Amino acid sequence: MHAAFHHVGLTEFLTLSSILFMIGVCGIVLNRKNIIIILMSIELMLMSININMVAFSSYLNDMGGQIFTFFILTIAAAELAIGLAIVTVFYRNRGNIDVDDADMMKG
Amino acid sequence: MIADLVFYMCAALLIMGGIGVVTARNPMIAIIFMVMSFFNAAGIFLLLGAEFIALLTVMVYVGAVAVMFLFVLMTIDIDFEVLKDTSKKHLPLGVLVIAIMLSQIILGVFSGVFKSDEAAATGMPIPEGGENITHIGNILFTDYLLPFQASGFILLTAMIGAIVLTYRKRPDSKRQVIGKQVSRTREESMVILDVPKARGTAEMKPEEVK
Repeated sequence: MHAAFHHVGLTEFLTLSSILFMIGVCGIVLNRKNIIIILMSIELMLMSININMVAFSSYLNDMGGQIFTFFILTIAAAELAIGLAIVTVFYRNRGNIDVDDADMMKG
Repeated sequence: MIADLVFYMCAALLIMGGIGVVTARNPMIAIIFMVMSFFNAAGIFLLLGAEFIALLTVMVYVGAVAVMFLFVLMTIDIDFEVLKDTSKKHLPLGVLVIAIMLSQIILGVFSGVFKSDEAAATGMPIPEGGENITHIGNILFTDYLLPFQASGFILLTAMIGAIVLTYRKRPDSKRQVIGKQVSRTREESMVILDVPKARGTAEMKPEEVK
């Protein structure tokens, strides 16, 4: 099943993945104040990495890419759980989720 | 060929969903766009022959991640129009960084360094025949057993972290304390009244209550 179709080349997949990654970066720059959109943009970037991994796995006929996609999914879920917990606590303490208000550490 | 058409359709919808996430005014709409783009990413995984990863993506992202976003979004009460970045102070720097990164990636992708059909890089070729999930299981539970356990611990850490972060003691909430409830005695919890005829307990004088 691995060589399901190889008409569209590896380049198309890598281009798609890099476009999606850049959309994620754009999202972080454009929605700099809204932390929920920033978290969604990070998820988009992780998904583009997954597409990269699976594309290489299919075209190099190697199982490693799919295994690592599994781990990336795990990390994405863990990061998102912690991130949304922080958003909830931040909203409880401050009453809003503006990133500019997160300045107590003087960073 | 039909597979090419499916690829281009999935890719177009994936990119449209991504742009929708980034530009949506309402975060609720952004979540719907995110679900759309993840469905199409799952379609691309199916095209590449990674059925397990495709189903895992649908389950994890649509079943868990989107629902978690929706929960948080419905819990917090925010006017999201206020959060629009109107200053555009960081926009030139952002555009510069994106332009540099995009040009580097495009140069890398089209340089011809990445050739397909080479020897398996990690020495784990995809076996002929069989099911995708069988191959993944054969590798994940043997060669990658330690990382697999470690990812389980990462999830456990995330779970404990999320609970510890959001837990708060609420002194105003009424809850059952079993020990207190069981250790009540008859004397402190009830009185036996000798109620006179034709008069209720409410009309009894205090000295009559013993």
